[in-house]
Amino acid sequence: MYLIYALFSLTLMGMAFGYLLGIAARHFKVEDNPLAEKIEALMPGSQCGQCGYPGCRPAAEALVAGEAPPTLCPPGGRALAEQLANLLSLELDLSGVDDHLPMVAQVDETLCIGCCRCYKVCPTDALVGASKMIHVVVADACIACGKCVDVCPTECLKLHPVRPTLKTWRWPKPLLAGA
Amino acid sequence: MNDYLLLVLGTALANNVVLVKFLGLCPFMGVSRKLDSATGMGLATTFVLTLTAVLSWLIEHLILAPLGIGFLRILTFILVIAVVVQFTEMVIRKSSPVLYQVLGIFLPLITTNCAVLGVALLNLQQESTLGQSALFGFGSALGFTLVMVIFAGMRERLALMNVPESFSGAPIGFITAGILSLAFMGFAGLSPH
Repeated sequence: MYLIYALFSLTLMGMAFGYLLGIAARHFKVEDNPLAEKIEALMPGSQCGQCGYPGCRPAAEALVAGEAPPTLCPPGGRALAEQLANLLSLELDLSGVDDHLPMVAQVDETLCIGCCRCYKVCPTDALVGASKMIHVVVADACIACGKCVDVCPTECLKLHPVRPTLKTWRWPKPLLAGA
Repeated sequence: MNDYLLLVLGTALANNVVLVKFLGLCPFMGVSRKLDSATGMGLATTFVLTLTAVLSWLIEHLILAPLGIGFLRILTFILVIAVVVQFTEMVIRKSSPVLYQVLGIFLPLITTNCAVLGVALLNLQQESTLGQSALFGFGSALGFTLVMVIFAGMRERLALMNVPESFSGAPIGFITAGILSLAFMGFAGLSPH
């Protein structure tokens, strides 16, 4: 009997509180800067912190305030920088952005000691493994932020260019004459 | 009337929640570096503490006790506290974005402020009425705010002092807190019983 009482009262209380909070959330809604939200949606959203801001949201706010250049996001690369510059109608100086190939982290199985340090820092949970087992990178989830490379004690984690597979290989674009 | 005033003053000073009962020490050390943020934290906690003291009394006497499910007490109280804190966060974010920025992570952390849950549970232990528990909550929150403001003022002065290197920062803060606690213990001598 107690169990049923407990079940019902807790469920009802949870529902009532949730309902109240929902109403309050509508009533006290804060109008955020719509531009910052747009920019945040463009960004990778992995909160890797390579731009020097604590996450993608503060970086987007700094961009709106004009405190950061549109080239601030290394994982976003050239494509994101162009989109951001278009959105904010800024002049784009791409000289600082190296147009690197898409990279992916890889574990060298002969060196990995299974220390588990890398997957604690991975923002996308792309590293899997267990203590004293060889870790492995899920290439689809890796965003090549390089955090694991920094913490790896044996330097077995390195960023490698993504090898084209039969599905991803494309004909190279025709080169312009004289370019 | 006199009794109620005595209750508020007694809980704020003689039974101070931070320095005598040692509850809610994390925001006491964490947010007391600047006077502004300490005042803001104190006011936010005052709101949360008073409201949860009343709500938890109502829940205990209207739901938990009649149904005989007192074993859910801590769980439901935490639920109430979390809801009130969430609500406070929304209100502060709407009304004062600056305070929202200043309080930062400590605002949601009011949820885990042990003073809030402690007051709700102490109210039951003392078998107080609804009015008494509201006043007890308000008095405790008043004491909390008072201590936060005093301590923040002291730390702002300490920041300018020439403290020996090994003591500067947190250590001198802890020592000051200890001395402040001793001073507040002196209020116990004022109580008539």
